[in-house]
Amino acid sequence: MTGMAVIGALLVQLVQMVLVLAAAPLFTGLVRKAKARLQRRRGPSLVQPYRDLRRLMGKDVVLADNASWLFRVAPYVIFAATWVAASLVPTFAAGLLFSSTGDLIAIAALLGTARFAQALAALDIGTAFGGIGSSREMMIASLAEPAMIMIVFSVALIVGSTQLSTIAEQMIVLPVGLRVSLALALVALVIVAIAENARIPVDNPATHLELTMVHEAMVLEYSGRHLAMIELATWLKLVVYVSVIVCIFFPFGLVHDGAGPFAYAGGVVAWAAKLAGIGVLLAIFETAIAKMRVFRVPNFLGASLMLGLLGVLLLFVSRGM
Amino acid sequence: MIEQVLLAILACVGLSMFGAAAGRTAAGRLIVYGGTVVVSAVVLRTGVLAIAAPVATLTLPIGLPGIGGAFRLDALAAFFLVLIGLGGAGAGLFAMGDARHEQAPQRVLPFYPVFLASMILVVIADDAYVFLFAWELMSLASWALVMTHHQHHGTIEAGYIYLLMAVFSGLVLMLALGLLAGVDGGFSFAAMRVAHPAPWAAGLVFVLALIGAGSKAGLVPVHVWLPLAHPAAPSHVSALMSGVMTKIALYGFIRIVFDLLGVPPWWAALIVLLLGGVSAVLGVLHALLERDLKRLLAYSTVDNIGIIFVGVGLAMAFRADAYLEGAALALTAALFHALNHTAFKSLLFFGAGAVLSGSGERDIEHLGGLIHRMPRTAVAVLVGCMAIAALPPLNGFASEWLIFQAMLLRPELPQWGLKLMIPVDAALLALAAALAAACFVRAFGMTFLGRPRSTAAEQAREPSVFSVAAMMLFAALCFLAGVMPGALIDFAAPAVQAMTGGRLPPQLAASWVTVVPVAASRSSYSGILMAVFIGVSTWLSALAIHRFASHALRRAPFWDCGFPDAGPMIQYSATSFAQPIRRIFGSVMFRARESVDIPQPGDMRAASIVRELHDPIWDGIYAPLARVVSAAADRLNPLQFLTVRRYLVFVFVALVALLLALTLWQ
Repeated sequence: MTGMAVIGALLVQLVQMVLVLAAAPLFTGLVRKAKARLQRRRGPSLVQPYRDLRRLMGKDVVLADNASWLFRVAPYVIFAATWVAASLVPTFAAGLLFSSTGDLIAIAALLGTARFAQALAALDIGTAFGGIGSSREMMIASLAEPAMIMIVFSVALIVGSTQLSTIAEQMIVLPVGLRVSLALALVALVIVAIAENARIPVDNPATHLELTMVHEAMVLEYSGRHLAMIELATWLKLVVYVSVIVCIFFPFGLVHDGAGPFAYAGGVVAWAAKLAGIGVLLAIFETAIAKMRVFRVPNFLGASLMLGLLGVLLLFVSRGM
Repeated sequence: MIEQVLLAILACVGLSMFGAAAGRTAAGRLIVYGGTVVVSAVVLRTGVLAIAAPVATLTLPIGLPGIGGAFRLDALAAFFLVLIGLGGAGAGLFAMGDARHEQAPQRVLPFYPVFLASMILVVIADDAYVFLFAWELMSLASWALVMTHHQHHGTIEAGYIYLLMAVFSGLVLMLALGLLAGVDGGFSFAAMRVAHPAPWAAGLVFVLALIGAGSKAGLVPVHVWLPLAHPAAPSHVSALMSGVMTKIALYGFIRIVFDLLGVPPWWAALIVLLLGGVSAVLGVLHALLERDLKRLLAYSTVDNIGIIFVGVGLAMAFRADAYLEGAALALTAALFHALNHTAFKSLLFFGAGAVLSGSGERDIEHLGGLIHRMPRTAVAVLVGCMAIAALPPLNGFASEWLIFQAMLLRPELPQWGLKLMIPVDAALLALAAALAAACFVRAFGMTFLGRPRSTAAEQAREPSVFSVAAMMLFAALCFLAGVMPGALIDFAAPAVQAMTGGRLPPQLAASWVTVVPVAASRSSYSGILMAVFIGVSTWLSALAIHRFASHALRRAPFWDCGFPDAGPMIQYSATSFAQPIRRIFGSVMFRARESVDIPQPGDMRAASIVRELHDPIWDGIYAPLARVVSAAADRLNPLQFLTVRRYLVFVFVALVALLLALTLWQ
């Protein structure tokens, strides 16, 4: 690559990083708005999450007396790991400059790093609620993560790569057709995405009811700018998962690196449209369904793990016959 | 170079004698452990230099009369010498600080250098006699070290079971090597390499090697001694046993199955894959339910050995189908994970040792808040926990990622058993990795975070500078191995090529130091870019926050939804943390039962909760076996009280029966 090309590629990569960051609060705002409308409420404005961020940044941090350095560092690590994961997922363009840094397994593991930091931070103060949240989060993750790996395996066996950019491009050109494993993987991935993002029916992002909360219990002791970072990371994570879903299963409109500014703009529009569509679907789903008891969650996630495993087994068995 | 290794062994013997003579003084202790650090460093250097060098052999007139002792330093031996050197240097350095807490140094110092020497000897042995001698010496020396704190509860039991399993493992390996030697009895490994045993004999050798080496490594179901014996020893010995001795067992398995045996059939790979996957999940589940910090780490060793053996099994599967590049990738992943496990498990055992010496407590239910009292230990152990939980950008992730890549390599394998086993193993491994994350959140959180749950934890103290240095060095190692996986993959390449005949493309040639196992379009991972990205974005976000957000910070009592604080005991405990997992996985696998007894209002009894767990392996295999042995012993007991005439009759009958059998055989 020549110098100019590298700078151009770097620029596109930076645009992607800024874009996901800027879009994340808007996406959450959209889901909240759509949910409110479905429930016949007017709901907060679309830009309310941005206002929340500004408000939180302006406030004091109230830190527990016995909080250690880990508690103060964790929000930045959570945010950074999620942000890096978000910048590795193709949103509007595939094959970006740094896309070879990590494949889909690495992206899942990066989100695991963020979760590890969050679960530790929840234990740092030494409260009962922090422990509850941390323990349940790791319980959910212990099933969601293997399910995610199985989904990666399904997709990787079909297109012969774990690299998200390659997967997206192959899914456009390959005559994939209606594959059973792919359908199983899609269902499994949706379940994982719901669980990992603490959405209904696994967790309720809007509740502070003690016995049901997972994510909120972990961040109970956070305030001010620290809470702002964690909230932003949570919104970012939702965008990561939605982007992964659209990138694998609905990659239409994705452009390749070096396509030119107009093509990029088209890619951004396509991505935004897909995101909006999924956001509305998520709102409908969350409105239509009730929250589960915590010990129903393993069945829900276990189903996802088994679907993923079934898909992979089918692919292994159907090869070489 | 092989002479250097033999000199290192001799130096260890000298250190051992010195330790026996002068071990009670502080200076003697420093000299012995310092000496082992130097010896390990020499071994490490030799291993690094020898891995790409031509094979060196040496025969000394010791060992069996007429045969002599044969020694060989090839690429595989060199790789494991590196492991021993690393683990030995770290353990020695840690012990230079930590051993001042040792109550009975005279029980440790004579045996510790011998233990180190015996492991080095196993690796360079080139005939069955030297190999088995070194193997048994390793068992005995480590047994003596396990028995150091014989007055502690459970140690004698642990030592007894360890001795039984070690004798059994040695016996089984002796049979395996005997079968390889054949009727004509070529004891040297060189003769075994050229002789090709019959298919039934090859299958039997494989099974025996798997049992013998697997029991030393801690493979389910012959792992039962490991979680008892490893934690019973002094902490630096635990680190050496978990971090290095299990790898020597792995070496024994690879040496026999990949080098001496030829190419075993595909069902051998199936068995290894099955046991590896089961070990990984069972090990980590046990670790999750354990509250003794050192035993938790020992169970996690079973988990990691399972992961390594899955890699080895994949290599065997690809090798049986003559897919050499695949075998090379899988074995590289296994060896890389072995190296990584040496690094982070040693580090974690040092951390557990520091906690034990600093607070006198190893029950995580009684710890908490140590991050304030032992800040340096906490940082190092945190790195170890993140590495073992397979989080990028640390080393555990890099090697597990490679194993996953190896699994995806060839779904077209012709054997149905493998077609079904590999995806199931992938699920088991992914499950084990996720559970390991939960396990180490719990271990670190309960030990170092929160508020102290006992006065022992309140008064904990940071270990000495040597111990901290050892931990920091290993934490740095975990980080370096994580950001430079390509360098280590290239480093292990000669050993992998010698065992499988395949070779990965050189990794350091790729741009951005990216690991590309097959092709860039297929998969790639760059640890260093990952680390730089995480670092830069953490820094950027902190910078932005400090530029734009309020700086005000107020300390206050914690919030906890406004619940009144009843003291540190209201914190989530380790048992409650593991409760959801116990309920999901344990109710089937361990037949976990919980019964809660809450008295009626007005009744002044204390409420109680009773938990019940059953180890399926112990209850299913070992307990019945012990009952059979003990019943047989009872039946045979009268034979001890016969008259001389009766005994003579027995001898006579036995002689006649043997002669008869011999004549019929001919």
